[in-house]
Amino acid sequence: MSGARRLPAGSLIDRSRSITFRFNGKEYSGHPGDTLASALLAQGVRLFGRSFKYHRPRGVVGAGAEEPNALVQLGEGAYSTPNLRATQIELYQGLTARTVNGWPSLAFDIGSINNWLAGLLPAGFYYKTFMWPRSAWTHYERFIRRAAGLGVAPTAPDPDRYDKIHRHCDVLVAGGGPAGLLAALAAARAGARVILADEQSRFGGSLLYSDAKISGESALDWVNATVSELEANPNVTLLPRSTVTGYYDHNFLVINERRTHHLGPGQADPRVSRERLWRVRASQVVLATGAIERPLVFEGNDVPGVMLCSAVSTYIRRYAVVPGRRGAVFTNNDSGYQTAVDMAWAGMEVSGVVDLRPSPSGQAVETVEALGIPVYTGHVVCGTRSNAKGLKRIELALLTDNGSEILSHKGLLDCQVLAISGGWSPTVHLHSQSGAKARFDEDLACFVPGNSVQAELSAGSSAGVFDLAGCLSGGVKAGVAAAAASGWAGATPDAPMAKGGQSGAIQACWEVPSTELGPTGTKKFLDFQNDTTVADVQLAVREGYRSIEHVKRYTALGFGTDQGKLGNINGMAILASALGQTLNQTGTTTFRPNYTPVTFGAISGRAIGEDQFDPIRKTAVHPWHVRQGAIFEDVGQWKRPWYYPCDGEDMPTAVNRECAATRQGVGVLDASTLGKIDIKGPDAAEFLNRLYTNRWDKLQPGRCRYGLMLGEDGMVMDDGVTTCIGPGHYLMTTTTGGAAAVMGWMERWLQTEWPELKVFLTSVTDHWSVMSVAGPQSRQLLEDVGCDFDLGGKAFSFMSMREGSVAGISARVSRISFSGELAFEISVNANYGLALWETVMEVGQRFDITPYGTEAMHVLRAEKGYVIVGQDTDGSVTPLDLGMQWIVSETKDFIGKRSLARSDTARDNRKQLVGLLTKDSAQVLPEGAQLVNAPSESRPVPMIGHVSSSYFSANLKRSIALALVKGGVSRMGSTVYAQLMDGAIVPATITSPVFLDPENERQRQEVV
Amino acid sequence: MLQIECPWCGPRDQDEFQCGGEAHIVRPAAPEELSDAQWADYLFNRANTKGAHAEQWCHSGGCRRWFNLVRDTVSYKILSVYPVGDSPPQENP
Repeated sequence: MSGARRLPAGSLIDRSRSITFRFNGKEYSGHPGDTLASALLAQGVRLFGRSFKYHRPRGVVGAGAEEPNALVQLGEGAYSTPNLRATQIELYQGLTARTVNGWPSLAFDIGSINNWLAGLLPAGFYYKTFMWPRSAWTHYERFIRRAAGLGVAPTAPDPDRYDKIHRHCDVLVAGGGPAGLLAALAAARAGARVILADEQSRFGGSLLYSDAKISGESALDWVNATVSELEANPNVTLLPRSTVTGYYDHNFLVINERRTHHLGPGQADPRVSRERLWRVRASQVVLATGAIERPLVFEGNDVPGVMLCSAVSTYIRRYAVVPGRRGAVFTNNDSGYQTAVDMAWAGMEVSGVVDLRPSPSGQAVETVEALGIPVYTGHVVCGTRSNAKGLKRIELALLTDNGSEILSHKGLLDCQVLAISGGWSPTVHLHSQSGAKARFDEDLACFVPGNSVQAELSAGSSAGVFDLAGCLSGGVKAGVAAAAASGWAGATPDAPMAKGGQSGAIQACWEVPSTELGPTGTKKFLDFQNDTTVADVQLAVREGYRSIEHVKRYTALGFGTDQGKLGNINGMAILASALGQTLNQTGTTTFRPNYTPVTFGAISGRAIGEDQFDPIRKTAVHPWHVRQGAIFEDVGQWKRPWYYPCDGEDMPTAVNRECAATRQGVGVLDASTLGKIDIKGPDAAEFLNRLYTNRWDKLQPGRCRYGLMLGEDGMVMDDGVTTCIGPGHYLMTTTTGGAAAVMGWMERWLQTEWPELKVFLTSVTDHWSVMSVAGPQSRQLLEDVGCDFDLGGKAFSFMSMREGSVAGISARVSRISFSGELAFEISVNANYGLALWETVMEVGQRFDITPYGTEAMHVLRAEKGYVIVGQDTDGSVTPLDLGMQWIVSETKDFIGKRSLARSDTARDNRKQLVGLLTKDSAQVLPEGAQLVNAPSESRPVPMIGHVSSSYFSANLKRSIALALVKGGVSRMGSTVYAQLMDGAIVPATITSPVFLDPENERQRQEVV
Repeated sequence: MLQIECPWCGPRDQDEFQCGGEAHIVRPAAPEELSDAQWADYLFNRANTKGAHAEQWCHSGGCRRWFNLVRDTVSYKILSVYPVGDSPPQENP
């Protein structure tokens, strides 16, 4: 038996209530105030998981965010969360959790065979073995992922809500330990608006497990009094259970607040979100994030029962957990002595304090010796003995005078718990994220904050101050400074007094020397979660790795959920030593957000689901489309009818019917989604001249013109018809998807390059409802609907616009056509859009009017060889590539013109738009298919182009395609081959891209 | 996330802005008179400055006005904000 038990009194747990929970299927109990880890430790559970690579049994090492081993899958079903640290999970009634890495079971782990095969699994083993042959990787990967473990993401939709909140403050204090509390207090008393965030359920930090006295009262009483004052101050926002996870530019910080986790699923007020992401812009930031204790690196340092000193003290003092009957301490600094005192206070037998310093002295040592605990100075723990339950004995050795080697073996000490302390690493994560660079302090043997880049300062142990009095005074100083820097200089508190003398100096130790007396071949673990050992880092150096960033990726040091919080500094020191560098030369890996993992729920907040992730835009006629059973497609943010199936039609049948009806009778399309920009001003025509490739200065009121817009690189960017409404007044239409970008493009030129042009732009896309009535019977239909102007071809010619009334509704009607048929585009105030549509449909019944969707629209325009920008162009296509020289003015400059003469754009073997007719007229090529000259060419077969649009044309009774082919215009009649994904090779003939009515007689119909 | 001082709307989050890249690149008055290399210099080549960098920004999620600012590309500090058409302010040493 380990002898673990609960103390009968004291600490921060509520013994009056019991909580039952399940871990790996077995029922346990704990108390409010417990974490999952503390409750399990109190009941003798030592095995919490298995390691990533060797599947070695692992126990709890830490008591907070640094915990690498005790990872669990918390909860069931949709609520389940993977890879949480048992040390940070607050216990609630009915909690269920299971180990994430123990497949097939925790007690018998098949993967532990890797432990025996360890010699075959060096650093980079996976890279070396499984990446060749490449094709086999997918096969290996499945096995490796399974064996490697970690939790699983829930598959059911998340039932909880998540929120975001935006705040400004004068002083944001990250961390609510002694320094952070006093920084917040000082800033608040000065009058500053303060936010104090701490990742734990209660404020106090290290004081929660301290027997120290502050200004004569117990540390806890002092914490409670300080928190009470902060709570009473309306300028202070206190955020417990809130981790400052990211520090971004211009003092923008993100705080992840966990609001209901501690209550358990379904227990919280449903109006309260599960997590809330605070997005804070802080004038000043005080980083009081504390420090993380470092393990000592010795053979067998990973067996269950070896824990950080701070963790042992936390479990004893805060949770009243006696983690074992007999303990020992191994340290290189004074803080381990306090843990020996705590062990003795809890009634544990303390086998000894093993201190590798040759002659430590001072109050800490005297206190321990006064308790009768043996102190082994100049000694190390050089090995461990364990059984299935964990640690049983430690192996003691005496160091040589210079500490570099083992001098002699000194026998075994009994203990179930070994508390280790290799010193403290200030939590410089946020400081580093802010853009600053931590520097290594040789005296303190740790990285400390460097020069600030943003408006932040560190206080307390995160600044490398490790005594309580220093943390208290440093907190006050930081709070006063931050308040003053944000403009507040009111009353400030005096730093409270704390006793505690000068602590003795640390003696840096990154690796305990090996001994041949110990069990041979036992590994010294640096990173418990990733099973990275000292030997792995040394091997990486022998294999030529030099940069810490590369060594990290080769050895996996600092990967995983803890991101190296525990092991990184030791690993960097081992690397520095192997490279013969100082730690400042080797440096650290980059500290990136987030400090601890953040759920996707918190990141997405309420921006989820179809209606919240991105706005949905619907036209005025949308309800009619829905009633008609239209199938919709998304075009940008718009819902557009794709096709209207009748009587159970499939898509090809519906589209063929819609296409045929439009060419033979009359079809109608909701064209409201096209972008519409109202352009006004005396220089509007000149502006259009510069924007479009063709001339606009001669366009008369009531006339329409098609325009092609290029980027300055000469590539087609957008197209559309622009109508002259009156002198200095135009209405431009853009592609549906390009509307916002074109508006922005025009604004930019007007504001930055041509501010002298007097032009106003107004986006009016949503103001107009537009229906396009197309087909040989469209004129007759409109006459029956009732227009107050002459629709005849002589009075109302192609490419002109009339303002008047249609069915009694004020309208603009344009004779423009994207289908190649006689067509009228009717624009009315969007509020009348549905009324007009319903009237036209009713009158149209006698013409068997057919609504058609975007798919039929695409087929009809492809029959005519009309391109769709963004489908037949891709940002590398010029007007000349499209065969549209006719629209490119020679007599004026326009955006992109000079680029058309660049050597690359002017060469004649560019990809050009052509038509393709497959030899088998029934075969429809897939869009995107690559084209080659001859499939028999030697590999790699040169690609000469691709299919950009491809359909079955009901009107032509065969398939048609548009393609971009190198030098295609000069290759009419020749055969190219499409290579399909299934290996099929399809021959096709290059033709003109205009498949129907090349003389445009159908759409002109000038004579009635 | 940068905090940008819009000359019209005051300090706002970067979310609301769009960066237009290097400022003070003037469109040549007579593009047809330029060699390919000169045109390419206008079209493609940018200084990629380390340090104080004048760039165009638009408050696209707000007033939709373009303006210039000088930003330190190392520290991301915004050193000055000024109207389109003005020269970058001379920094006091």
